[in-house]
Amino acid sequence: MSTVKIQLPTVLRQHAGGAKTVEATGDTVGEVFADLARRYPALAAQLAPDGDLGVFVNVFVDDEDIRYLDGLDTPVRDDAEITILPAVAGGAR
Amino acid sequence: MSLRLPAQIKQAMLVHAENCYPEEACGLVAGDRRGLRMAYPLTNVLASPTNYTIDPVEHFRALKHAERQGWELVGVFHSHPHSQAYPSPTDVRLAPDPEWVYFLIGLADRDRPQLRAFRIHDGTITEIDIEEETR
Ligand SMILES: [Zn+2]
Repeated sequence: MSTVKIQLPTVLRQHAGGAKTVEATGDTVGEVFADLARRYPALAAQLAPDGDLGVFVNVFVDDEDIRYLDGLDTPVRDDAEITILPAVAGGAR
Repeated sequence: MSLRLPAQIKQAMLVHAENCYPEEACGLVAGDRRGLRMAYPLTNVLASPTNYTIDPVEHFRALKHAERQGWELVGVFHSHPHSQAYPSPTDVRLAPDPEWVYFLIGLADRDRPQLRAFRIHDGTITEIDIEEETR
């Protein structure tokens, strides 16, 4: 089981006691997020509004976007750094 | 509430807005306790005149670059090629961060681009006065 660091965007920090970085364990991104949800139930609702990765969130393992790896099945090594970024979007209307 | 805006950061945002015209331009802004330090002109993956989404990989790289300098991402800028420099209902709905500054560039009059700054918190828009710095 790997222990990884997860860097949270400012909007999510309030759901993790204000921490910028939290730790969780798992062998894939999905497992890490499940562990994160157990530790910080408020975060779970934010991360997975419909049971999957929210469309408003982008996830990187070390320097790689998991969309280009195996998504939530992407394996994580011990000491990996996961970065969660909000989607930054808008429009003119 | 007011914000000091270095001339070269303003220039970087306006140039990117003009270069991307007629599509919406977008990017991120980094700063530290001393103020705003850098504007990152980034790719609008929607390549649209009415919507933008910042390329997530470029967002990640900008974040890492900023962190290496000891900065944080403190805001986002985007252009409205055909309308005013004011957050749209979509901008408000999708605003990801209540602590960020939202810079809007309006190119309704392309010869006189408008630049305004806002905070968007719980659906409420608050304008921030910009104090332009010469350097
Ligand atoms: Zn907009």
